[in-house]
Amino acid sequence: MNSLLHPGQLRQLILAYSKELLREPGVLFWGIVFPILMSLGLGIAFTKTQDIERSIAIVSPAGSVTGFLSGMGEKLDPEDGEEAYKIRLRDENLGNTTLFFTPMTWDEAIASLKRGTIGLILEEKNGDKIYHFDPSNTDAQLTYMKVSALFNSRKIETASGEEIQPLTLRGTRYIDFLIPGLIAMNVMTSCLWGLGYGVIDKRSKKLMRRMVATPMKKSHFLFSLITVRFMMNLVESVLLFIFAWIVFDVVIQGNIPALILVFLAGNLAFSGLAVFISSRTANTEIGNGLINAIVFPLMVLSGIFFSYHNFPGWSIPYIQKLPLTLLTDGIRSIFIEGASLNTILFPSFLLVLTGLFFFTIGLKIFRWY
Amino acid sequence: MKPNRHQNPVVVEVKGVHKSFKQVHAVQGIDLNIHEREFVALLGPNGAGKTTLVEMIEGIQHPDKGEIRILGKKWDGHADDLHRKIGLSLQETRFIDKLRVSEILRLFASFYSLGQERVNQIIDLIGLQDKRRAYVVNLSGGQRQRLALGIALLNRPSILLLDEPTTGLDPNARREIWAILHRLKVEEQTSLILTTHYMEEAEKLCDYIVIMDEGKILREGMKEILLNDQENEKIVEFTIEEPDDVKSGFFDDAPYMVSWDEKKMTGKAKIPKIEKNMHAFLQYIASRNLNIRTLEWRRQTLDDLFTSLTGRHLDE
Repeated sequence: MNSLLHPGQLRQLILAYSKELLREPGVLFWGIVFPILMSLGLGIAFTKTQDIERSIAIVSPAGSVTGFLSGMGEKLDPEDGEEAYKIRLRDENLGNTTLFFTPMTWDEAIASLKRGTIGLILEEKNGDKIYHFDPSNTDAQLTYMKVSALFNSRKIETASGEEIQPLTLRGTRYIDFLIPGLIAMNVMTSCLWGLGYGVIDKRSKKLMRRMVATPMKKSHFLFSLITVRFMMNLVESVLLFIFAWIVFDVVIQGNIPALILVFLAGNLAFSGLAVFISSRTANTEIGNGLINAIVFPLMVLSGIFFSYHNFPGWSIPYIQKLPLTLLTDGIRSIFIEGASLNTILFPSFLLVLTGLFFFTIGLKIFRWY
Repeated sequence: MKPNRHQNPVVVEVKGVHKSFKQVHAVQGIDLNIHEREFVALLGPNGAGKTTLVEMIEGIQHPDKGEIRILGKKWDGHADDLHRKIGLSLQETRFIDKLRVSEILRLFASFYSLGQERVNQIIDLIGLQDKRRAYVVNLSGGQRQRLALGIALLNRPSILLLDEPTTGLDPNARREIWAILHRLKVEEQTSLILTTHYMEEAEKLCDYIVIMDEGKILREGMKEILLNDQENEKIVEFTIEEPDDVKSGFFDDAPYMVSWDEKKMTGKAKIPKIEKNMHAFLQYIASRNLNIRTLEWRRQTLDDLFTSLTGRHLDE
């Protein structure tokens, strides 16, 4: 009776937790539907070729707006009455840009800038044009350059001997960058919320206390929870990939065994972290806070949606060692760079180490009652 | 036939046990023996230390001092064996909401290497045949308690520990639990330790009563002996007509008095051998020129006993 493995117990525990999960519609929505919807929304927003639209406030003496804009030539196109003007700049290489000019008072323009509805204020004063914008806002800088080129009757174009060739290679689009990030994020949130919060919830309901007052193997309790969570993560990730493959033609360019390895290692890392954070508390509010305190910084820092290289240079080596960054970079390198098994061995090792470290500490301080 | 306390072997032995939580000394040096096939009630108000004591017997809590032996064994080194011998129901357990009654029983049955046959027997025993496929979340409070009791009985335990199994249940649901326990008493070899603050529950189900308060045992004994039924001791409750000259301390020297409420003009006395002593009591009232408005006597209850020990009622 004291053997390490009790197959009957393990089977029933896995069955029970699977049923608990699959019978909860919210779990299926947040685990499967939501990541797909997110990839759809972000994929369309960042992949579809469409005009870039920018709004500019014009602050000029009364009655001079029309003259001010008509001076630029035939592209002037009044819209929605007399108060808004649209100019479309065509560019085959960089994509079309539509500029919306709206006459405003200075106060209205500042209010719009604060609200983020415009990025640039163009003030006409004694025949001069004064541009007001936040220089740290790269988008505002680009708008300024386009508007300035427009008013100076010149085009933003390549110099002689230069050429722009838009990239259409697989793996270079935003959606190719995004999908591996979403898979990694899903593994993290699923482990921390599903496993970590699940343990805290079972402790707070005194179910764990009741279960360990039987001959149930304690190791089976955690092993079955981790197994069910891993299977759920696998299903969620495969469904997300299939969706991205069908809708956005996202493919895995690298080694599949390498992907399986890093995926397993990532699950282990976050399962260990989940066991650690759920090891003591029986209060779901505290559990909520603990998980959020880990999830949010990792999501911001680890380059799920945008590259972490925008952070200060000194922080990059630290960010690259975070478990979510290791997992995201690992999956991404296999998806879009065609990374091999060898490339992925070290990050996978670090992830496994992270998992074992937290798992060991978590078990040492674990409260079963 | 009632089990004779001192003939059956001891199955639970509690010796000089103490347990504290931060500033609270929850259990203060308790000694207690529980015999085979004995149904024992730990009776006391909230905070008396009943749950802490039971959880130490269950192996969930560890005593700071003292020793507990279950079937002659300590928890250290024998946990797996003892878990197979005891069954328990905690004061409050929420099972997995979206599992069906049969599934949650099947899960717990697997911990004891038991199969579907035992699950079916338990479903019949706890009367949840109609709810076998119902999700736990859809069960009533009484049905959930019966499920918890069923889980506790899966392994045919030698010792069953139930921590307030009927608290918060309506009278019907309570009676259903009692019926299951009565059946158990007749048909099985199980010893029962039950915590409750319902005196009626303790009186109806148990042979041996342990009255606890503030972490200590105030009184323990066979139910009949504790209630002095053999002495034919009765509780007499009476009201008197308000006299013209109200004087305090009417009954200060009255025989057998337990309490006197001067505002309501009501009193309570505990009179042994009532057929012999009632006359003396009535004579005392008459000697004070007091007129009795109502008077009734009844059997002593555990609440009366608790009140006489602590000056408080069980539900306070």
